[in-house]
Amino acid sequence: MQQDHLSAVFGALADPTRRAILARLADGDASVAELTAPFAVSQPAISKHLIVLERAGLVSRRRQRTARLSHLEADPLGEATAWLARYREYWDESYARLDDLLARLQDDTAEAHEGIRP
Amino acid sequence: MSKLTIVAEPDSPFIDITRDFDAPRELLLRAYTDPELVKQWLGPRKYEMVIDHYDARDGGTYRYIHRDEGHAYAFHGVFHGAPTIDGMVQTFEFEGAPGHVSLDAITFEDLGGGRTRVHLHSVHQSVVARDAMAAAGMASGIDDAYARLDELVERLAAPVA
Repeated sequence: MQQDHLSAVFGALADPTRRAILARLADGDASVAELTAPFAVSQPAISKHLIVLERAGLVSRRRQRTARLSHLEADPLGEATAWLARYREYWDESYARLDDLLARLQDDTAEAHEGIRP
Repeated sequence: MSKLTIVAEPDSPFIDITRDFDAPRELLLRAYTDPELVKQWLGPRKYEMVIDHYDARDGGTYRYIHRDEGHAYAFHGVFHGAPTIDGMVQTFEFEGAPGHVSLDAITFEDLGGGRTRVHLHSVHQSVVARDAMAAAGMASGIDDAYARLDELVERLAAPVA
């Protein structure tokens, strides 16, 4: 993924309202009016959020009769979370190994102390 | 064992990683400064860890390489100040992105009862530089609310899969 695109995806995800919109779209396509209903914000404000999500490639929009429906595009989210997962994995696994090492070192120290005892 | 937390606010050049360990600070200091020990934990098992050199003292330098089939990822940097049980400061540079140097401050916080909280505060030169590391796939995190993102992804996974 392009670096600027990755930034756009994370920029889009940084806002709680936009995350809530994506969560709602996971349940199915929705119109701006339907997306606005759960929030204490205006329809134009939701439209602005949708533009940000659309630019990040997280949402696509199509016309159905008179309504414009938003649709969740999950691929960029998958790509974005893939490296997040890799980064997390790197530290998770490193620190799990550090746990093991520290346990071994503590055993060694304990044995050494026992060794000194008369 | 305590959970790893990674915090990387949008529009900031920082990454903060925190994790608790069942060991006193003296032991953490050894695990972080003795190259024979560093080799045993830093990096996932799938990589062969090769330490070129690791001289953890004021002004000392380090360089290590993670190797897997056909790939090698090398990192190097300089230690600033002598490492102590309170922590250590070092620069960090991925040789795949030369010039993007981060300043890493590691603190060992005594939690009492032989437990230690390790905190890694990583300062990048800019938000763009931090995000570039993300693109390189090795280091950086961007979201401010990892847990919320996890939740969201979990929720999205079902209908999308």
